[in-house]
Amino acid sequence: MTVDAKQSAAEIAAAVRAGSLSAVAVAQQALARIGAQNPRLNAFTDVTRTRALAQAAAADQAVAAGRDPGPMAGVPFAVKNLFDVADLTTRAGSRINRDTAPAASDATLTARLEAAGAVLCGSLNMGEYAYDFTGENAHDGASVNPHDLGRMSGGSSGGSGTAVAAGMVPLALGSDTNGSIRVPASFCGIFGLKPTYGRLSRHGTFPFVASLDHLGPFARSVIDLALAYDVMQGPDADDPAQTPRAFEPTLPGLDGGIADLRIARLGGYFRHGAGHEALAALDHVARALGATQEIDLPHVAEVRSAAFLITMAESAALHLGRLRSRAAEFDPDVRDRLLAGAMLPAPWIVTAQKQRRAFATRMAEVFGKTDILLAPATPCTAPALGEKWLNLAGERVPLRPNIGIFTQPISAIGLPVVAVPVWIEGAALPVGVQVIAPPWREDLCLRVARYLELAGAVAAPVARGET
Amino acid sequence: MSSGFDPEAVIDAMAPMLGLTIDPAHLPGIVQNLRAAEAAMRRMAAAPLDDMAEPAPVFRPEALK
Repeated sequence: MTVDAKQSAAEIAAAVRAGSLSAVAVAQQALARIGAQNPRLNAFTDVTRTRALAQAAAADQAVAAGRDPGPMAGVPFAVKNLFDVADLTTRAGSRINRDTAPAASDATLTARLEAAGAVLCGSLNMGEYAYDFTGENAHDGASVNPHDLGRMSGGSSGGSGTAVAAGMVPLALGSDTNGSIRVPASFCGIFGLKPTYGRLSRHGTFPFVASLDHLGPFARSVIDLALAYDVMQGPDADDPAQTPRAFEPTLPGLDGGIADLRIARLGGYFRHGAGHEALAALDHVARALGATQEIDLPHVAEVRSAAFLITMAESAALHLGRLRSRAAEFDPDVRDRLLAGAMLPAPWIVTAQKQRRAFATRMAEVFGKTDILLAPATPCTAPALGEKWLNLAGERVPLRPNIGIFTQPISAIGLPVVAVPVWIEGAALPVGVQVIAPPWREDLCLRVARYLELAGAVAAPVARGET
Repeated sequence: MSSGFDPEAVIDAMAPMLGLTIDPAHLPGIVQNLRAAEAAMRRMAAAPLDDMAEPAPVFRPEALK
């Protein structure tokens, strides 16, 4: 059996486990693709070739010896470069952190994927310190959108979006504080899962905003998202922010359909500001799910503002020492946001944390009557590289802080979301829709995404020109 | 908030307290971001909160591992 760039993680793992495909051959092919495509796409900042081939060889040896090589045997993956990878410097998109010592060990989620047989191929480009929605990086250059090399991949997990959409790897990990998984998933036309806040361990990843940081997977199929998510679940004593939860597998019920689910779309705030592509994508998904009800949530702009202020203040506190001593070495856009964030009055931040709680309480009432909510992931398709302005409901606004207007209110209260990729007929670029579930119900948003995928309403093909 | 919000004055007052030396070339960007933050604060204040409102983070005391 041969391997090609379109194969899913689940297909690769099944073939490796059955002994019909060599994990080493898969890794060699992934490394060859990375080598050929990366000069053009700039997704990877580090390639872990030796490690990948050794891990793949171990999977093949396990199969040959009749041992279980793990549910993700031979699956190539890569991680945003804020994940610790043993012996690599965790740059977190920055120049400054390159002066730190290489990581002594792997991040928990990386280690769990490898323990399941997956094969780490390297680290991925990202916006500096994750304070970004564009996929541009002042030091490493932009990770490029594989569907149009003149456009943004989205951020801050831009390299993750690029690598998966280009077929370099079938699986990548990223982080999402205000939308950094869902935005690149939308712009690059792939699936992304932002789990419930506190679900997956953050141990061994460079932080951004402790109150809002989440980690999660990107893939080109929903089964792959669920497979990786299930492998990464479970308590980690090294993460004090993780909420203790039992292992709640999502794969077994993934094909359960939607007959028992009450699904509504979000209107009001989520309609105002959405461009025609984003609204068309939302209409398309709502139609495919038979969702006719529209809910207008109150006080969405307020909770988005709360997340905006918490982000400024907590990230400024994190970086204050570096701002004192090495301000000139930051990406200027990031530096100025951080410096301003250090100067915000304390009552604003305390109030912002209360607004999060108040909004979460209101949303719990909504979820008493609804199981799934739909909203646009981004207000537009991928903007051109270098663009600084965005047209939002006829108003010209700064692009960088406004790409996340639809993702930020949802992550502000930690709800699980799958971003699903939509290609409207005749469109040159994809755009994402958020499938939002109540807290701890990743199973529901994955199930809806799978239904949409099986119905042909959403899809994540490898970018043309990259196959 | 007051219409007398003066970002430059905030920066002048806060930078020494934070141990920050502000390069004059960075001022316009910081001012722009402080204005954005002040606008966000005003938007946020539109949602009512009573005295019993609890903040989102919950501290869990933990024993030594």
